[in-house]
Amino acid sequence: MPFLDEVIEALREEFGSAIKEVDTFRDQRALEIDRDALIPLCQRLRDHEAWSFNFLAALTAVDYWPQEPRFAVVYQLLSIPNKVFLGLRVLLAGDDAHLPTLEGIYPNANWHEREVYDMFGITFDGHSDMRRILMPHDWEGHPLRKDYPLGYEEVQFSFNYDEVNKRKKYARE
Amino acid sequence: MGVEEKLANLGFITTTLEKAVNWGRTRAMWPLLSGLACCAIEMMASQASHYDMSRFGMELMRPSPRQSDLLIVAGRLTRKMAPVLRRLYDQMPEPKWVIAMGDCCSCGGVFNNYAIVPGVDEIMPVDVYVAGCPPRPEALIHAVLTLHEKVKGEHFVPHKEGQS
Amino acid sequence: MDMFEPEMELSVDELKHLVSQRALEGETMVLNMGPQHPSTHGVLRLLLELDGEEIVNCVPDIGFLHTGIEKNMEAKRYEQALVMTDRMDYLNNLGNNLCYCLAVEKLVDLDVPERAQVVRVILTELQRIASHLVWLGTHALDLAAMSVFLYCFREREIILDIFEMCSGQRMMTSYFRPGGLWRDLPAGFEDAVKEFLRYFPRRIQQYEDLLTRNPIYLDRTKGISPITSEQALQHGLTGPALRATGLPLDMRKMQPYSGYEQYEFEIPTASNGDVYDRYIVRMEEMRQSLRIIEQGLRRLPKGPFRSQNRKFVPPPRSELGHSMEAVIHHFKLWTEGFRAPKGAVWVAVESPRGILGCYLEGDGGNKPYRVHFRTPSFANLQALPALSKGHMVADLVAIISSLDPVLGDVDR
Repeated sequence: MPFLDEVIEALREEFGSAIKEVDTFRDQRALEIDRDALIPLCQRLRDHEAWSFNFLAALTAVDYWPQEPRFAVVYQLLSIPNKVFLGLRVLLAGDDAHLPTLEGIYPNANWHEREVYDMFGITFDGHSDMRRILMPHDWEGHPLRKDYPLGYEEVQFSFNYDEVNKRKKYARE
Repeated sequence: MGVEEKLANLGFITTTLEKAVNWGRTRAMWPLLSGLACCAIEMMASQASHYDMSRFGMELMRPSPRQSDLLIVAGRLTRKMAPVLRRLYDQMPEPKWVIAMGDCCSCGGVFNNYAIVPGVDEIMPVDVYVAGCPPRPEALIHAVLTLHEKVKGEHFVPHKEGQS
Repeated sequence: MDMFEPEMELSVDELKHLVSQRALEGETMVLNMGPQHPSTHGVLRLLLELDGEEIVNCVPDIGFLHTGIEKNMEAKRYEQALVMTDRMDYLNNLGNNLCYCLAVEKLVDLDVPERAQVVRVILTELQRIASHLVWLGTHALDLAAMSVFLYCFREREIILDIFEMCSGQRMMTSYFRPGGLWRDLPAGFEDAVKEFLRYFPRRIQQYEDLLTRNPIYLDRTKGISPITSEQALQHGLTGPALRATGLPLDMRKMQPYSGYEQYEFEIPTASNGDVYDRYIVRMEEMRQSLRIIEQGLRRLPKGPFRSQNRKFVPPPRSELGHSMEAVIHHFKLWTEGFRAPKGAVWVAVESPRGILGCYLEGDGGNKPYRVHFRTPSFANLQALPALSKGHMVADLVAIISSLDPVLGDVDR
């Protein structure tokens, strides 16, 4: 990955300690960065003429409960002229789960950030429309967190058929 | 339903009238376009020319619940969609029937989590369940024919044995 | 009926920021194009702010098909979780399987034999044609050309017969497994595909004869929602909608997977980015898929159909009779499943709707710690408000169907 390594070298010179780690698992590149460096870094990646990471491909989050830092927000940026993906990770503590929004740089981050808010409870400062997108608007809780139960129903086998039948709700009219 | 109620007291006429009305109901049952997910694609495939459903009287799917008598729930029902589907069922005029097409609306299917209602019979009474993920168009047609059999056996007045 | 009260209505205060000032003054009308609608391609709810017939603003409300697939996959083992991927984008089952299998194979560093790769390409392209046929049928049906719907589904039956021959299922095949295919190709596969290749090009010509120069179709689609490449990229559009603006972005050429670099095919593009151009791009894509399938059939090698790495792939049943090691591998895989290392991978493939990406994170256990699918329909639907401003309600139907949203893909 010579091009990406060049980019990472140049970013390290420019941003220094804001880039905490470079992950090269399975020959892919992901940078672990500080929350404050997110906006300037993305601006630099997008506006640089040779790099031009002009597309935000994915925006999601991972919950590492009960470990701290609890959340990791993951971005995947695509550079169409150079045909490479670059990953970014921002680690957040559980009680401090907010990030600046990327809507100013990549307008299509809008719905992705709403989905992360809906599923994990991570708010994005400056977002134009921070509401739930996939769950009903009055749902309580954030489903993809690890301390949220899966919410499954009891499987009805032949040995517990009747007990489950008594508890199951049926509509009669 | 007025004529049938009035004539219901005259036993021998109701039997043949029942048969005639039921026969008429099965011959032109109009389904409501309520495809939710993957099963809707198989429902569309069974409406297309290879497995034609118009030969059972279901030429078109009515988009409005006020004009339809059969609700084929095709696909997985989520908690957000459940009130909407119940409202559609309430808007349909009597007599109405429900076919739960597919595993997800019969019993929750492959999914067993916070977002899926495990079986559409939690919110509305179902007449025929069709198994399959998604059920083949032939399975859906078999369900329609089973429903026709069920409708042919319907009575206006409950029999002494408790059938209705 | 007290079990469900329809509490879905939001109060005016919560929605104030979505509609313009004119709606609050009563000058424009806010209309609900509800989840049950013949032309919304599934359960999509749109709040339309209308000035007469013209759309001032359009706010999509999604989530009516949110199945919690990502959370459910965290509770299942890697091979069990594959079954759920079929049901995400239910018109591109094999494509979803492919994306997830590539991610798992990358995570555990598993090899895939050549025969499996070629078969994966052939079947994915057949799935692409099937998906475009459904798109064409429903798109034409929305614009009231009903015979195209019947013709497309007739062709689709032939493709579904081929899938059924391979895997036993018409739609939710789960035929691709980590390491290769579930089982080897059946005997009549090559003849069936060759027959399809012989028969289909004339059919594409038939659909084009019906629509491409049809004055009614041209009136309804030419000049509707044109968009430039920069705007499309800003709104997150990928796939045929982006290629119709002139930018040839296709993951099969950009970062080839499963041997796509060995096939010769072109990426069709158009210039205006309107509904008509998206139609042209998809029709041409079907032809290019036929080219790829033909090359794949010629190249199909003999050999194993799945990796031989017994730590991840179960041994064939015939071996269980005489090899103790095979029994142990079988036992381990069926009770515990295989373990993946700690780490995260990202894989992006080209689905018929755009870039389908899978972010898979393992934690050393036998269940995926986090799976996220970057689905193209979710990203494409974001562009709907921008595309539909200023058009009429009847055009909105054409625009939605040209974006080709599949609500299972949008909501997961």
